[in-house]
Amino acid sequence: MSTQIENLKSYDPFAEADDDSGQTKQTQEYIHIRIQQRNGRKTLTTVQGIPSKFDHKKILKVIKKEFACNGTIISDSEMGEVIQLQGDQRSKIREFLTDSESGLGLDDKTIKVHGF
Amino acid sequence: MSAEESPKRNSRKSVAFTQEQVVVDADGSVTMVASTADDTKETAMSHTPRTPPLSEALGAFTDAPAAAADDDAAAAATPAAEDDGEIDLSLLKKKKKKPKTEAAAEDGEEAAPAGGEDGVDLTMKKKKKKKVVKDEDEFAKKLEALKLEGKEGDEAAAAAVAGDADVQEGDMEKGTGIYQHDETKTINYDLLTERFFALLSQKNPDHASSGTRSYKIPPPQCLREGNKKTIFANLPEICKRMKRADEHVTAYLFAELGTNGSVDGSRRLVIKGRFQQKQIENVLRTYIIEYVTCKTCRSPNTELSKGENRLYFITCNSCGSRRSVQAIKTGFSAQVGKRRKNKV
Repeated sequence: MSTQIENLKSYDPFAEADDDSGQTKQTQEYIHIRIQQRNGRKTLTTVQGIPSKFDHKKILKVIKKEFACNGTIISDSEMGEVIQLQGDQRSKIREFLTDSESGLGLDDKTIKVHGF
Repeated sequence: MSAEESPKRNSRKSVAFTQEQVVVDADGSVTMVASTADDTKETAMSHTPRTPPLSEALGAFTDAPAAAADDDAAAAATPAAEDDGEIDLSLLKKKKKKPKTEAAAEDGEEAAPAGGEDGVDLTMKKKKKKKVVKDEDEFAKKLEALKLEGKEGDEAAAAAVAGDADVQEGDMEKGTGIYQHDETKTINYDLLTERFFALLSQKNPDHASSGTRSYKIPPPQCLREGNKKTIFANLPEICKRMKRADEHVTAYLFAELGTNGSVDGSRRLVIKGRFQQKQIENVLRTYIIEYVTCKTCRSPNTELSKGENRLYFITCNSCGSRRSVQAIKTGFSAQVGKRRKNKV
């Protein structure tokens, strides 16, 4: 009897669940959009954590054209590739990331906008 | 009343700084009203009727009360006072119709005074709006104004009945007209809700304004030190109010603003970079939403404690729920200014 029941549950549900949740937590990566002050009234916008399935170079090219600003890709040792733009582009970049037609079509919940 | 004005603002703000007030409107929408220093708005609001039909009727009558009801009594007061001349005229015109409509309005209210007298009353009311209502004497005047209000409401009711018969009207505060105790006619739900909110805001302003929704902390005081530094003067006070460690708030501020800074001798925070008070306010607001308010019951009465696994937990003191919060992370910060010397 008891062996049959054991057979029915072929895996330990709790152990698996724990493993799963741990994994999902790691894959649940936010995209952080930050702003930094430079001298005067100049600012920088940094976008950190764009998924690697996207070509950052191409994104940057499109963004630079669309927002009419300059920018670079900085490969940080901890944060990976970070797109850095001139000026306060936070709202624009957010729209770009969430737009499914002309943008990346990402989920709005994965994006965190920081700053004032 | 300011709901149309700031539809964007009220969606987001659950945290208020003390100059602003949350006002639960008659239609249930919660709006933030920046209360002016001399309380003009409050008095104006309590003077003017809040029901749309009533104010509409009043608007048909005179445009001055409508203008006052619209917004900003201080701004509206001067043109309204100038308008009084023509208002009186229109009032007089309406007065002629009054006697026959009087019977139609089924309230036991006394007949409105003569047109000239009414005009005087109106101007009196205007003056009152500008004043600061504080002491008992003023309060009595306010009550008087409310009575006037009632009369006007009746007039409006009469006008409305004259206009079309199916508009239900009555005096909000006194319970006359359709709100009369032995009135058998059914009253619209909307009207009843409006009356409820009107009475609530009048009798119990605490309940109406500062419900559980808004959490008030003193506004941050920002001073500029030199050209490139901002002093956040009352950080200890705010932290004490939120029951959070200064260091935690400071770390969050620095992470969000993407700068760094220090604490000076009198425990004021010195932030590098120029920041407006409003910007600091925004960051504090996000901090409160993230680290202070309970997500379950929205109560700000919470405690932040370090759990067993280097995780921070927020425990709510009013509902007992517990949730983990993210540690403050600075993330990527671009290097601004001079280049690092030891960069390879």
